[in-house]
Amino acid sequence: MTAKQTIQLTVNGRAYEETVEVRMTLADFLRDELNLTGTHLGCEHGICGACTILFDGEAVRSCLLLAVQADGANLMTVEGLAQGEGLHPLQRAFHENHALQCGFCTPGFLMTAVAFLQETPSPTEAQLREAISGNICRCTGYAPIVQAILQARRGG
Amino acid sequence: MDQTYIGAPIRRREDFRLLTGKATFTDDIKLPHMLHAAILRSPHAHARITSIDAARAQALPGTIAVFTFQDIAVWAKPIPLRLYPLPGLEHFLQYPLAQDRVRYVGEPVAVVVAESRYLAEDALDAMDVTYDPLPAVTDVRQSLQQQVIIHEKPATNLAARYTLALGDIEEAFRNAAYSRKEVFNVHRHTGNPLETRGLVASYDAGRGEFTVWGETKVPYFNRAVLASFLDVPESKIHFIETDVGGGFGIRGEFYPEDFLIPFAAMNLGRPVKWIEDRLEHLKAANHSREVLCEVEIAAQRDGTLRGMRAHVYGDMGAYIRTHGGLVPSSTAALLTGPYHIPAYQCTVSCVMTNKMGLGTYRAPGRYESCFIRERLLDMVAADLLIDPVELRLRNFIQPSEMPYTVGKTRPDGPPTVFDSGNYPSAFQRALDQIDYDALKPLQGRRQNGKYHGIGIGCFVKNTGQGPFEGARVVVSGAGEIAVYLGITSLGQGHETTMAQICADALGVPMETFTIFHGSTDMMPFGVGTFASRGTVMAGNAVHLACQKLREKALAIASRYLEVDATQLVFRRGQVYRQGAEDHALLGLDELVRLAGPASPYNLEEPGLEATAYFKSNQLTYTYGTHVAHVAVDPETGKVEVLRYVVVEDIGRCINPLIVHGQTVGAAVQGIGATILEELVYDDNGQLLSGTFMDYTLPTSTDAPSIDSIILEEAPSPLNPLGVKGAGEGGIVATGAALANAVSHALASLSIQVTELPLSPDRIRSWIRASSPQSL
Repeated sequence: MTAKQTIQLTVNGRAYEETVEVRMTLADFLRDELNLTGTHLGCEHGICGACTILFDGEAVRSCLLLAVQADGANLMTVEGLAQGEGLHPLQRAFHENHALQCGFCTPGFLMTAVAFLQETPSPTEAQLREAISGNICRCTGYAPIVQAILQARRGG
Repeated sequence: MDQTYIGAPIRRREDFRLLTGKATFTDDIKLPHMLHAAILRSPHAHARITSIDAARAQALPGTIAVFTFQDIAVWAKPIPLRLYPLPGLEHFLQYPLAQDRVRYVGEPVAVVVAESRYLAEDALDAMDVTYDPLPAVTDVRQSLQQQVIIHEKPATNLAARYTLALGDIEEAFRNAAYSRKEVFNVHRHTGNPLETRGLVASYDAGRGEFTVWGETKVPYFNRAVLASFLDVPESKIHFIETDVGGGFGIRGEFYPEDFLIPFAAMNLGRPVKWIEDRLEHLKAANHSREVLCEVEIAAQRDGTLRGMRAHVYGDMGAYIRTHGGLVPSSTAALLTGPYHIPAYQCTVSCVMTNKMGLGTYRAPGRYESCFIRERLLDMVAADLLIDPVELRLRNFIQPSEMPYTVGKTRPDGPPTVFDSGNYPSAFQRALDQIDYDALKPLQGRRQNGKYHGIGIGCFVKNTGQGPFEGARVVVSGAGEIAVYLGITSLGQGHETTMAQICADALGVPMETFTIFHGSTDMMPFGVGTFASRGTVMAGNAVHLACQKLREKALAIASRYLEVDATQLVFRRGQVYRQGAEDHALLGLDELVRLAGPASPYNLEEPGLEATAYFKSNQLTYTYGTHVAHVAVDPETGKVEVLRYVVVEDIGRCINPLIVHGQTVGAAVQGIGATILEELVYDDNGQLLSGTFMDYTLPTSTDAPSIDSIILEEAPSPLNPLGVKGAGEGGIVATGAALANAVSHALASLSIQVTELPLSPDRIRSWIRASSPQSL
């Protein structure tokens, strides 16, 4: 059960080479080995979406992947969104629309939205609601999140 | 007032760390040499433990320790009651680990501690426990037959029972022209904050001190409990609050793990982390809501209500949790709602079953009572051929009757008194918002295959529970004022709202304030964050502390300037001479200097600081109305919420952005809970909806748009700010309004909702039962 493997990957633009247990999930690897704790775990069975990150540009659930599957991959987590002190337009729109309360689901929503807007730059509200329906928020009732993403789509 | 931060929709200062991944939640705490715990839980609803063999688990690499009841026996006490300690409940409390019998699926049996969480779970798999299963009891009626006894002492499943009575109930029913009797069931469900529970505990053996991260909601109570378990002074336990991923009632009560994890840290001399997983959360963190209610109502032919009598049975689960009898007791306490009902009698029974214990979920007991009463009122209206709107208007307590004494509806504490309100006005506002008169012709009509229904739910809800909360305001210069709170935050936004209150009270910019909360070392006393009490209790404490600080500043200025204090005014963070307010005599920087410990001008406590406690033994009551417009598809049983309006009067709104956020979020929680969610047990006491695949929370495609209207027509006379608690008004009448809407929609099929949830399978089964031809 404790077989190990060495992986090389890029996270938020930085290259890493790490030796990990093959059974370690990607989420645990990011959180515990790289100390990127912005990626959260809400269910660990792929429903809530809090652990969503970008994997070669695609939104994935890091609780359902193993770290060794990310060998050679280019990852982005919520820590990679803001450039310097300035917020990413999505982060700013979330703030302006009160699209977060406890904030635990927020990193997952942001990463889902980043990937979705890259794929669908001008979504309808219905498309957007469908796209984020794999992420659970217990606080906001979703309307402010939808507003925030639509605002960011329009360039803030 | 020089500025008006209060009432402004100010964006939250908490957001930045949460948006950038820089927040610190409990699982983000990492300490050197930290170990990881996992809990072995009972797979049986009811069984004797015949043996526990940890040898294989202990032999695994990385296993550090296994603790069972024998290891904690000299320390452990039953987890005590925090609220509603009804006589009798004390016999049904839970020890942190099962001794020789388990009584619900998920009950902690052993704790395994290992070098990593992965290794701890390996060790869990290697634990050998044998059980001798016993028959399980899973509903209150079955339980009251007493054929299976869950606790051998005192050999009954009826843990507590009491009856409250107001007015002459016999007379009310004897003389009423009309009465109706019904039985209602509210389904078991719970809050499910997205962050599960978790703790990190460390023990400093040299100093004999504990530090625990992750205690939220009621840290002072939990600290006292832990101190009594570990036999250390409270001052040697430091609770540090982290960022918190939602509360909703379930999080932060004293659970078995709140003892087990600090105990393990003490025993092993190394920090220990435990993070609950979602499957544990669903079966072993508080459940809520499940009550059965037999109720009878009496009225005159014109709809005037005369009396109500009820029996509320709480399905308490296997152990009485810290909330005591709160859920059924609160259901009974406000069952008569915002209406004048001269006679009311209610019996409350707390009944044990082999399920997870019953605790609170947002608007506990109130969601339940709203559903029961408002549903019943619509049935009365139909029987008496009165419009549901008209029936309510005829029976509302009137503004001229405020404050209105309902009487003693709780077994202890003062009588229920509604402090202020204009119930008809809030009701009318909700009807106008949805344009009830225009929608009314749609009631019960079938359009494009779907049945339309409009349902109303009115509520009055207690908030602002005492007995006290404190705040300390410390000025260290013109640009920096620290505010220390005894309350915690579970994600609401206190760092913003409390700064707004302070800024108005001292007349300085909001940015001057840093709000500190979340350590039991900051304030000697505190209660916590629950029951919509944060703004009422802590908000007023902050306000009072600022007033005290102004008086202190004026006293110091008076001595220094040798001017009578009555000649001076404190405005915009500066001291002026009365009538000469274009020229400041002293600013905060000078006042800080003059207030220092060695200053001859300060005769009070050193420093430009003040501490105040706001005390109250009375409750503030918000009120309002929900209206839902639904379309029910008879083919699929799906309830589509087309429009949803929430109107709530909260007395005074500190930050509308945050209040609307709370209202809309709570409404979606309640709509989801009413339509989608249920903790389902089978007859053997196995939880069938124990994952997010089976326990379905609302997502962005389920959530309708919510019209949230916040009124400030009736400030509370009970506190200086005039505030009442916001945050639960959005959920409280969701079950009521939706059940009424669905009942109206399906009236032509003779379907009258008396139980929740309004899930597609249940609606289909009602339709099949009422019209067999539609199978």
